[in-house]
Amino acid sequence: MSLRRPAKDQPQTFEFNSSSLEAANTIVSKYPSGKQQSAVMALLYIAQKQNNNWIPLAAMKCIAKFLDMPYIKVYEVATFYTMYNLSPVGKYFVQVCTTTPCMIRGANKLVEACKEKIAENETVLSNDKSCSWMEVECLGACVNAPMMQINDDYYEDLDKEKTLEILDKILKGETPKAGSYRGRVNNEPENNRKTLMDLKNA
Amino acid sequence: MLKDKDRIFQNLYNDQGPDIASSLKRGDWVGTKDLIEKGRDWIINEVKTSQLRGRGGAGFPTGLKWSFAPKEVGSRPHYLVINGDESEPGTCKDRDILRFEPHKLIEGCLIAAYAVQAHVCYIYIRGEYFIDGEKLQAAINEAYEKKLIGKNAAGTGWDLDIYIHYGAGAYICGEETALLESIEGKKGQPRLKPPFPALIGLYGCPTIINNVETIAVVPTVLRRGGEWFASLGREKNTGTKIFCISGNVNNPCNVEEEMSIPLKELIEVHAGGVIGGWDNLQAVIPGGSSMPLIPKKKCETLTMDFDSLMAEKSGLGTAGIVVINKDQDIIKCMARIARFYKHESCGQCTPCREGSGWMWRMLERMAEGKASKDEIEMLGDVTNQIAGHTICAFGEGSSWPVQGLLRHFKKEIEERNNLDLIVEKKNNIPYLVDQHLLDKKNA
Repeated sequence: MSLRRPAKDQPQTFEFNSSSLEAANTIVSKYPSGKQQSAVMALLYIAQKQNNNWIPLAAMKCIAKFLDMPYIKVYEVATFYTMYNLSPVGKYFVQVCTTTPCMIRGANKLVEACKEKIAENETVLSNDKSCSWMEVECLGACVNAPMMQINDDYYEDLDKEKTLEILDKILKGETPKAGSYRGRVNNEPENNRKTLMDLKNA
Repeated sequence: MLKDKDRIFQNLYNDQGPDIASSLKRGDWVGTKDLIEKGRDWIINEVKTSQLRGRGGAGFPTGLKWSFAPKEVGSRPHYLVINGDESEPGTCKDRDILRFEPHKLIEGCLIAAYAVQAHVCYIYIRGEYFIDGEKLQAAINEAYEKKLIGKNAAGTGWDLDIYIHYGAGAYICGEETALLESIEGKKGQPRLKPPFPALIGLYGCPTIINNVETIAVVPTVLRRGGEWFASLGREKNTGTKIFCISGNVNNPCNVEEEMSIPLKELIEVHAGGVIGGWDNLQAVIPGGSSMPLIPKKKCETLTMDFDSLMAEKSGLGTAGIVVINKDQDIIKCMARIARFYKHESCGQCTPCREGSGWMWRMLERMAEGKASKDEIEMLGDVTNQIAGHTICAFGEGSSWPVQGLLRHFKKEIEERNNLDLIVEKKNNIPYLVDQHLLDKKNA
């Protein structure tokens, strides 16, 4: 199990803004009446998005009230799932996959790059407070290893140099192009494709 | 090699685009109404004839699973749930279906929902695949616009609503009952079985849960016939399968191939060979991280299907093949997998919660040559205390790769770890008792 604890500095209040509220109501309507608790995971995402990529305790209280469920049940969900950030992670949250398939293709080089550019330690904000990095478990893009995720986007087929370039961009506040950084198309075998060639050449 | 015309996922590499117009060109949504009008029994029988087995890891026969749904809908509605939580290290096939072949999945949902009499379908997608989920949502919206789903879906008279539910980074939610807990808005901890979800599942209602790939192949299976699907591969291991080949190969890739294809062909032909040549191969993880590894000498002749891998005491799992060459430290590789399980254990069962961390710590020490002679046996013992003693199969799954390592690479561990025992072993004392405590008086 992973260790997760909420940030020390917590805002006193949290309210959904109007667009979040609209999104929340749409989510709740997906589930049968009386089963609104199902929406808790999606609502935590909405709160996270509204609150600069992390979820304060006040947001959990707000969600509990919104869904008419005990606060502790929201807390339980928020602390169980690792994608809910319980403390500030910056505008750009870099997650480097280091599980075996990425590891054997050099994920440690990506970690080195993060240490050089962002911060020596995981989950520590960079000097300008704009980003932080973290080692994570398999992100499910194993044939594009090594790879990392920045906010919602996947950056694939990386090496140390390319990672440094990407990190330079985000530190300047730009959003680099997502996808493969060796120029290959999706998951096809690079320069070695032997299937569905008629469609490729069509 | 499988002929291109027999490949189900024609858009696996997104040559044509995932939108509805391109999908129609590829033959999706053609005659869906006719298929459904042939009736529930015909659909389920045809899937049984095809001998399709679940593509999510366990390989349970899909037709049989569907037949477990109650024949009559009682006071409780039926649900269809699609498992797209794909988190097994080495696996990335469902992602390509979500983003490039979403209409195959949606059409499959309609057929499956009709077969098990569900009007609501939830597709559970891991939270990290948010962008791919958005692409699926766009396809769902297209399908609603074209009246392919919704009220009177595709003119069949059947109503179906499809909703996406995002996970949030928990591997355990790939376990079907943990996934149901997660949809219900709880932490994802597996339920005891029985009752099985087919009778008591989501919100306590009958629920059928299938993997993304399983459902996405169903429309093609029905259109071309179960016999066609069964003619590929071999008895009980039929059809095609998306293989994900990652690790130390020259061209890591996803490729759809016939079941029972030789492993060597997959690696040499599609993935461009092992880095450093075939002789540089050390071992292969054949089906995602929880499947025990296979050493090189067996890889020469190994065929990739459920039963032949079972005979090697491993499994096809999700068909995520991780190739490890001799440049890698095999103990370190397995230690990293053990760390994965330590991180992802849901904490419900003690053997998995404590054992996964214990295995990880031991393996890390063994990789550095800092373990004592007796610990190798102790490691094997810990794996045996986990396997068969947890609520779900994922807990056991944490011990299988370690057992595989001990089975095939025990010599390597022994050579590296030769330290004397810290405390003299007392043979009359049962396993797993802390030897240090026994040396203290009055302990």
